[in-house]
Amino acid sequence: MSLTDHELAIRSIQYRRDMLRWIVHAGAGHTGGGLSCMDILNVLYNRILRVSPETFTSPDRDRYIQSKGHCVEALYVVLADRGFFSSEKLQTMCGYDSAFVGHPTRAVPGIEHNTGALGHGLSVGVGAAIAGKKDQRDFRVYVLMGDGELAEGSNWEAAMSASHYKLDNLIAIVDHNTLQITGRTRDVCSNEPLDEKFKAFGWDVHTVNGHDFGQLTAALIPSTHTGKPRVVIANTIKGQGVSFMQDVAKWHHGVPSEAEYAIALRDLADAEAQLGQSKGAVQ
Amino acid sequence: MSAPAGSMYSPEAAAMASKLGLKMGRANLEVFAATLLEIARADRNVLAVTSDSRGSGKLGPFAQALPDQIVELGIAEQNLVGVAAGLASAGKLVYAVSPACFLTARALEQVKNDVAYSDHPVQLIGISAGVSYGALGSTHHSLHDYAALRAINNLEVVAPADNMEARAIIRECATRRVPTYIRFGKAPLYDLHAADTSVEIGKSISLTTGTDICFIASGETVTHALLAGAAMAENGITARVLSMHTIKPLDIPAILAAGRECRAVITVEEHSVHGGLGEACAAALMQAGISVPFQIAAIPDEHTVTGSQADIFRHYGISMEGLAARANSLLKRAT
Repeated sequence: MSLTDHELAIRSIQYRRDMLRWIVHAGAGHTGGGLSCMDILNVLYNRILRVSPETFTSPDRDRYIQSKGHCVEALYVVLADRGFFSSEKLQTMCGYDSAFVGHPTRAVPGIEHNTGALGHGLSVGVGAAIAGKKDQRDFRVYVLMGDGELAEGSNWEAAMSASHYKLDNLIAIVDHNTLQITGRTRDVCSNEPLDEKFKAFGWDVHTVNGHDFGQLTAALIPSTHTGKPRVVIANTIKGQGVSFMQDVAKWHHGVPSEAEYAIALRDLADAEAQLGQSKGAVQ
Repeated sequence: MSAPAGSMYSPEAAAMASKLGLKMGRANLEVFAATLLEIARADRNVLAVTSDSRGSGKLGPFAQALPDQIVELGIAEQNLVGVAAGLASAGKLVYAVSPACFLTARALEQVKNDVAYSDHPVQLIGISAGVSYGALGSTHHSLHDYAALRAINNLEVVAPADNMEARAIIRECATRRVPTYIRFGKAPLYDLHAADTSVEIGKSISLTTGTDICFIASGETVTHALLAGAAMAENGITARVLSMHTIKPLDIPAILAAGRECRAVITVEEHSVHGGLGEACAAALMQAGISVPFQIAAIPDEHTVTGSQADIFRHYGISMEGLAARANSLLKRAT
């Protein structure tokens, strides 16, 4: 049964709380980008993707490839919530001999492809999407990329081939938080305007608020066979949901101290309380 | 049949080949393309993926016969390998075909992560490998591929020596579904094996038996080693010649047996002296505690001399004459 936007919002807060818990526990993680893409993952796994632990080996399942592999902690908590594995397994994250590496690997149930080196996921997604077309299966392939990642030239090789093969079963999502490890992406090596670039490469471009469940939902399901791959440029805030991390580059892979963690949890609790009130107001 | 003009073989070497009854076959690249077409006709899940390389990969007939089974990606090798991995992830049996020099250097990270680490069983076909492109120069040579790919986990590395090996290995790859790199040259090759020879990835093939010198050779150098051994036999020296078509996983028992039973060992490869078959064999011997006079015949660590593949082979002594001279010199040390 599909969740309401309100229910998704509550879930995102819980996901952010879980992600921070495991990052603090492991003493490592990509905190800022995980927080920026969390609402995207929430919508994908709770509304869009036709995949579950039971159907993960089905040739007809939708595929999700996280090209920005460093934000794996966000993916882990969502997969755990969706029943791919017990969340307690994340106790081992980044630990000795754990399957839960600091980047996605297929050793973890629910993960399609090993990523971590940037600029790989879109090509792999193109391959899976071509296979889907050849086999006349109706699955879709979703690839999540970072905006900083788009400096990798391989993405644009993949973008060319996706439109060449008219892959309207391929949906790329750019987590457009405008920050990378060094600072503003536009200062490091500007890749704007992203929408014009993808249009020039023959893509169907949609720009949305990446923290708006309704906008994300509408953009992530292609309504017709357009003959074009779709890109959803999701404008997000790095560190979303935690006051002192929001839009601050240093939280790219910062791990909060005990005191900072307490503040972060308070921020999330406040947001949850506000959601409770807003739901009350609606009712 | 004598060797064609401009051949890899001196008149003396061609005469020796004739004396041994060797028949000139086709280029392995052509055999690959023909074999792939046979496999693909029988299974529509078989795909050839190319980077504007169907011509150099001899895949023109494949593209004409099975247009739905070729995926063209243009001059974009990184994307070629990533897309191949994605296709394999969805159940396709993928042969990613591109010049070895680009496939294994420009797309190395995709080979490492998207194929090997992610365990998507793409068959990586390095065409015109080694110094096959000759005078086109070092941009087009792949003298690093064994070294680079040997160091990547979950990837096998194969260099067939003749048409039979090429055909058998391409067929074996279709059923094993293991990430594999196979390299081919474009020069016609002598047929080296009897019709009933068994070819299996990971198992070397013994062409001759002997206990004085052992040549452990791979790919297109095997013929030269065989001819060198035959030339030495005329002086009463017995040579063991192994076609070590699989660089990884190595046939360690055959290497150790050579080290124990022969007076000297020479490895031969169309590759840099660094990190290839020779160093792999040396490591195997040393770790087994076997000390034997040993040399690596390969391309030295220098700007490769300009010339055709034949010129380059001759220049660096990868020829009947060069290998025999090297073996005679090494055997003097062994006595």
